[in-house]
Amino acid sequence: MTSKKYDLAIINGRVIDPELGFGKDAHVFIKDGKIAKIEVPSSKNESELKSFDDDQIIDATGKIVVPGLIDVHVHLREPGREDAETIASGCKAAAAGGFTSVCCMPNTEPRIDNQETVKFVQDRAKVADARVYVVGAITKNIEGKQLAEIGDLVKMGCVAITDDGHYVQNPEIMRRALEYAKMFNITIMQHAEDQNLCGGGVMNESYESTRLGLKGAPAAAEEIAVLRDIALTRLVGGRLHVQHVSCKEAVDAIRSAKAEGLDVTAEATPHHLVLTDEEIGKEFNTNLRVNPPLRTLEDKEAVIAGLVDGTIDCIASDHAPHSIESKDCEFDQAPPGMIGLETTVGLIKTFIIDKGVMSWADVIRKMTSNPAKILGLPGGTLADGSDADITIIDPDKKWTVKADKFQSKSSNSPFIGMKLNGQVYKTILGGRVVFER
Amino acid sequence: MSRLSSRHLLGLEETPQEDIMLILETSNSFREVLERQVKKVPTLRGVTVLNLFYENSTRTRISFELAEKRLSADTINFSTSTSSVKKGESLRDTVQNIEAMKLDMVVVRHGSTGAPYFLTQCMDANIINAGDGAHEHPTQALLDMYTIWKKYGKFAGLRVVLVGDVKHSRVIRSNIWGLKAVGASVALCGPSTLLPVEVEKFGCDVYHNIDEALDGADVVNVMRIQLERQEGGMFPSQREYTNLFGITKERLKLLNKNYTIMHPGPMNRGVEITSEVADGKNSVILDQVTNGQAVRMAVLYLLSGKKEEGDA
Repeated sequence: MTSKKYDLAIINGRVIDPELGFGKDAHVFIKDGKIAKIEVPSSKNESELKSFDDDQIIDATGKIVVPGLIDVHVHLREPGREDAETIASGCKAAAAGGFTSVCCMPNTEPRIDNQETVKFVQDRAKVADARVYVVGAITKNIEGKQLAEIGDLVKMGCVAITDDGHYVQNPEIMRRALEYAKMFNITIMQHAEDQNLCGGGVMNESYESTRLGLKGAPAAAEEIAVLRDIALTRLVGGRLHVQHVSCKEAVDAIRSAKAEGLDVTAEATPHHLVLTDEEIGKEFNTNLRVNPPLRTLEDKEAVIAGLVDGTIDCIASDHAPHSIESKDCEFDQAPPGMIGLETTVGLIKTFIIDKGVMSWADVIRKMTSNPAKILGLPGGTLADGSDADITIIDPDKKWTVKADKFQSKSSNSPFIGMKLNGQVYKTILGGRVVFER
Repeated sequence: MSRLSSRHLLGLEETPQEDIMLILETSNSFREVLERQVKKVPTLRGVTVLNLFYENSTRTRISFELAEKRLSADTINFSTSTSSVKKGESLRDTVQNIEAMKLDMVVVRHGSTGAPYFLTQCMDANIINAGDGAHEHPTQALLDMYTIWKKYGKFAGLRVVLVGDVKHSRVIRSNIWGLKAVGASVALCGPSTLLPVEVEKFGCDVYHNIDEALDGADVVNVMRIQLERQEGGMFPSQREYTNLFGITKERLKLLNKNYTIMHPGPMNRGVEITSEVADGKNSVILDQVTNGQAVRMAVLYLLSGKKEEGDA
């Protein structure tokens, strides 16, 4: 017998939807790619489930069932660097990491600063294993000189704008961007590092850079950048989202901007929540080179505190694939960035939840409804009628990160070899299983 | 003869005191070889050493090459002034190609911190760091230390002042680690813009005033001000640097009686040091160069894994 009323049921999992305030063992019923209903086990749905075929049921006993995770900061590299990642491979990595929606950054080659490139990405993403939301450039060719045709980008469906990888160095240009973006009610995502202060830096400026004789990028470069943008937001309004917050002073600045009532949001990456600059001198692992750089223990703790108290709204991976060839070199010659989609859940479980810093519900909020709200994306909830984007997590699955297991085309992860606790079990996109273990 | 605890010499930060003293003691016997009529021993016969220089260098490369030849090693030189990345071939490919030619030891100079460590990960040869970025230059520090040890016969109780661009100097970093390991007191002095952040964590006394730094010191090791590195305006002018930090005859009065003047070269005479001081009776600048060969012979010998042959 086959259930005609529903297509799929995920049964007996611990369903956590912070947006609904739901956190119970329950069954999730799916029909036509949408969430049909969520019910706690009962004799009624027990008999209902008897009509299901085996392949219509996913047994999630002992697992955690959450809205499909959303990552607002991902580099898919296509067009331009298909050797490192493609839209298809990046979305496979997303699915393997439990992400059903990703926002892709515009620093491709060519840049996503025009309608044609947005269209190209959207077309490629149609058949991918995750929803791809395109983030357009703030300035033409990400040069920080002249505004991109933001109206066009928004018309094509861009959900935000950013010059990620580069700070909009000229305050006048950033002011105009904030003002102009207001017309379209979209958020500006800023890579906050003042290039005049941190240019050429390859790691955090601290005793570690002093000891190793490597050029440091001081945390003050991030602090200055964030403070300037907060001042501009105060001046002209607009919505500012600070990407990959990495230092204490930036957390403090964002906290006070929020208290003041400015429309400022922020994200933190798993690597800034887990690693410090003391890792670099051990083996000069080029996968630890990232912008903004890994900071001190004090900074790491401040970022965690910011995540806990709500100063930092969401967790984003800043998934930045680079080919083996480009990372197999001297530390200071390596391009910055590391992949993150497939390790985020394991890292957050191991280093945030298992350490008692935050609960599953608090973490899931920062990976689902919060990022959805920041950029006005659909999803982030299991409410009846929403797209059946669902992530099932095995919370106590112990695993070791291995280079040859990544779905990403790249393997530039500093976490290779690390033992983690908690892993994505299945990922469901619009009612279709796109990843399973 | 006892051995070193590591088969590479990457830096002095991780080199234990016993290893440092073993190198200095071994240097003594090679120093004696340099005074002979025939300045050559068969110690490293059959050992092939590559001098892999990614940065311009005159004295370090020649010093290593001479040390190798005097030990009867077969030597080859690979020099390029550009980094491997810019050259198009990766460092890994370069060294693996070289290793395929059956090399035993590699002496490497590279502009990137950690490049010698990288080499240890992609080849089996013994690696000797001849300077990586602003990180370490262990043989330079060892020859500086050998020169001090020869003169004073000890390190404890000696006060050594390292003057110059601490931020960009690998020589200073290696000297700090080495001198501290053997119990000398180390002071740093330079313009505040050329002292890296949290420099006090090195565990040295730090001065911006050269007169205070020199007061009661035994050894002054003057670093070259790398004029080509100063476009960023780390100090206003060469003239002002000389006025504030230059080692002049007048300033020598502040030192202890049996003081020593050192400089790793090449010198900017009249900038960081005056000719009067550089050529004065307490200058050991040329001894450093001679000792450098002996120290490098000792390092090559101790790392080579070869049993002692001949009469070195």
